[in-house]
Amino acid sequence: MSEDILPVKSQGCEGCPAHHAANLLKLGVDMQDWDYVVALAGNPNTGKSTVFNALTGLRQHTGNWPGKTVTRAEGGFEYADDRFKLVDLPGTYSLLSTTLDEEIARDFILFGQPDVTVVVADATRLERNLNLALQVMEITERAVLCLNLMDEAERHKLEVDHRRLARDLGIPVVPTSARYGRGLDELVETIHQVASGQVRPKPRRIQTLPPELEHSVRKLEQEVRMQYPDLPNTRWVALRLLDGDERIREAILRGELGDLSSGDPENRVNRDLAVEVA
Amino acid sequence: METSSNVNPERLLTQARTLRWEVGANIHEQLVEALYTDAARIADRAVVRPDKPSRFDLDRTLDRLVTSRIWGFPIMLLLFTLVFWLTITGANVPSGWLATLLLDTVYPLLKSGAAMIGIPWWLDGLVLDGMYLATAWVVSVMLPPMAIFFPLFTLLEDFGYLPRLAFNLDHIFKRAGGHGKQALSMMMGFGCNAAGVIATRIIDSPRERLIAIITNNFALCNGRWPTQILIATIFLGGLAPAYLAGLVSALSVVAITLLGVLFTFVVSWGLSRTVLKGEASTFSLELPPYRPPRILQTIYTSIIDRTLYVLWRAVVFALPAGAVIWLSANLQVGGVSIAEHVVSFLDPIGILLGLNGVILVAYIVAIPANEIVIPTVLMLTVLTSGLSGVGQGAGVMFELESSASTLAIFQAGGWSLLTAVNLMLFSLIHNPCSTTIYTIYKETGSLKWTTISTFLPVVMGVVVTFFVAQVWRLFGG
Repeated sequence: MSEDILPVKSQGCEGCPAHHAANLLKLGVDMQDWDYVVALAGNPNTGKSTVFNALTGLRQHTGNWPGKTVTRAEGGFEYADDRFKLVDLPGTYSLLSTTLDEEIARDFILFGQPDVTVVVADATRLERNLNLALQVMEITERAVLCLNLMDEAERHKLEVDHRRLARDLGIPVVPTSARYGRGLDELVETIHQVASGQVRPKPRRIQTLPPELEHSVRKLEQEVRMQYPDLPNTRWVALRLLDGDERIREAILRGELGDLSSGDPENRVNRDLAVEVA
Repeated sequence: METSSNVNPERLLTQARTLRWEVGANIHEQLVEALYTDAARIADRAVVRPDKPSRFDLDRTLDRLVTSRIWGFPIMLLLFTLVFWLTITGANVPSGWLATLLLDTVYPLLKSGAAMIGIPWWLDGLVLDGMYLATAWVVSVMLPPMAIFFPLFTLLEDFGYLPRLAFNLDHIFKRAGGHGKQALSMMMGFGCNAAGVIATRIIDSPRERLIAIITNNFALCNGRWPTQILIATIFLGGLAPAYLAGLVSALSVVAITLLGVLFTFVVSWGLSRTVLKGEASTFSLELPPYRPPRILQTIYTSIIDRTLYVLWRAVVFALPAGAVIWLSANLQVGGVSIAEHVVSFLDPIGILLGLNGVILVAYIVAIPANEIVIPTVLMLTVLTSGLSGVGQGAGVMFELESSASTLAIFQAGGWSLLTAVNLMLFSLIHNPCSTTIYTIYKETGSLKWTTISTFLPVVMGVVVTFFVAQVWRLFGG
C-alpha cells in the first residue's frame, strides 16, 4: 500500500456523519489513513481470525480452538479506492456484558460506532450464532452477516438459504469459506456497499418479547428517543436500561450517550475505554 | 455537559427504575429467551437439514473415541509418540547434510578466505570460531527437527485435536484447583511459554490465572524440544538396539513431556491449597468441529511462523553467545581461561546434582534463550576436557556429522547416563527464559509473582535432580 495519501483526504471525512474518528481514536484506533472502520464480531471458533487474515493479507497461523484472539487485532485493506481498517474483536457468544470479552466487543460496537460490523457466523451452528447477530443488530444497523464455514455445512449436508436469511434478518448475508478463500470478494464488496451507504440494512429487531415487557420497552424507548433523537438504537438502550445494565446507566450520566446521538465528533467527551485486556 | 435541553438523565433513569419494578425480576431471562426464540425461528426457516441424518456421524464418533475415559489417554500417548518418532527419525539425515554443508564445507572456506585476507587471529577466532560456528551448529541441529515437529504439531492443532485434549485434562485441572482452560494455555506453552502466559488471559479469575501462569513453564517449549530430542536420541536411543532406537528416544521425550504435565498438576494443586486458595470456577468449553487439515498451507504457515521465528531467535542469541564463549575460552587469568575458572567453580555443585559445571554455565548463558543450551554445552565441553582433533584450538566448535561423534564428545566430558537424564529433567524444570519472565511481569504487573514464577521452578529443578542423583548413585553405583 502506498503512503502518499495527503492530509487533504481526512479533512473531507470530518464533516461526514458516518465518520467517528474522535471516538475511535479514544478506543485506540489510529484513524489517520483510513476511510472506514470495520469491526469483526462473532462467536468463538467461527473462523473470525481466518476471515481477518484473509482480508488483511496477514498469513498468521490461526488455531482451531476457542478463545484464540485474546487481544484486539487490527489490520487494513483497500477496496475501490477506499481504505478500510479492520478490527478483530474477541469472540463472544453474547453482548450482554457478563465477561470482559463481551464488554470489549460491546463497547467497541456501541461507542466506537464502526462504519460496518461484520458478524462472522458458523453456518453449521446457525441458531446459536444468530443469537449474537441479533444482539449486534440491536446496537447497529450497519451490520453484515458473514455466513462462514459453508464448506463444513456442505460436508454435513446442510443447506443454508442465505437469501431467505438475509430477508428475515434485514441485513446483507454473504456465504463464505474463508479457509479456502471463497466468498471473500463478495464480502468485501458488501462491506464497501454498506460503508458507503449504497446499501442501507434494515435489521429485524427482537420480536418475541412477552407483552408486558414489550409494553415497558416501548414506553421507555419513547423517553429515550425524546431525549436522544438521533440515537440509532433507542430500543436497545431502553432494553438495557430495563435489564439494569450499569454501563449504559453510566453512559447516560456521563453524557456519552448524548455524544453518540449528537453525531458531531468534536463534541465527544474524553474518556478512556479499557479496550486492551489489562 | 450541557448538550441539549431535552436531555434529563435523572428523569430517564427514574422512569427506567419504575418500569423495571413493574415488569418484575426476570427481565434478563425474558430477554435471553426472546433472543433464543427469534434466533431459532430464523435459523429454522433458513436451514434445510438432510432428510435422513446420516447414520454414521464421523465427528461424533471421533469425539466419543478421543474423549473417552478409556481410550482418551492412550490415544494421546500414541499421537505424541508418533509425532516425536517421526521428528527424531526424520531429522537425523537432514541434520547430517546441514552439518556437512555448514561445518565441513563452508567453515574451511571461510577460514582459508580469512587467512588469505590476513585478518588478525583474534578477529578470525571471535567471528569464525565463535560466532559462526555457534550459529551454524544451532541451525544444523535445530532446523530439521523443528521443520518436522512444528508442522506436525500444527496439523494436530488445526485438525481440532487440542481442545479435545483440554477436555480430557479438564477434570484433572479442576481437581488440582486450577481452571479447566489452563489446559489450553498449557497447550500454547508447548509452543512458547511467553505465548502460553499471554494465553492465560482467557481465564477470568485472577487466582486461577496466576496458577496457570506459574505452572506454564512446565510445558516444554520450542527452545527446549531440541535439547530433549537430541539428548534422548544420543543417550537413551543409544541404549536400545538400532531398530528400536527411534522409538525409545520418542518414548523418553513423551515421558518427560508427561512429567511436565504431572508437575503442572502437582504445583497447581500445591498453590491452590497454600498461597492461592480458592474454589475452581466452572466454564463451558465448546469442542470445535474437526476440520480437514490443509496440509500445504499448514506446513507453510508453521514454517514461517514457528520454525523460522524460533530459528531466528536462536541465531540472534547464538551470535553473541558464541562470541562470549570464545572470548571466555581465550582470555586467561592466571594461566587458565575464564571459562575454565567458572566451570571448575561450578563443577562441585553440578556434580552434586548429577550434572556438571559446564551444564550449569550453559543454563546461565542460555537465560535469554533455551535454544543455545546444547551448543554452549558442547563448546565448553570440548574446551574443558581438552579434546584434540576436534576443532583447532580452545573454544573452537567442531564438526558433528553424526550423533555418534557428539556422544564421543559428551563421553570425553565425563558424561554418564545420569548426566543425560538429569539434563533432560533440568531442562524441563528450571527458570523460564528472560522473554517469558518479562511477559509474566507485564501480565501480572507484580514483582512478587514474577519472582515466584522464576525461582519456584529453579528450586524444584535443583531438588529433583539432586534427589535423582543421590538415588541413582545409591542403586546404580
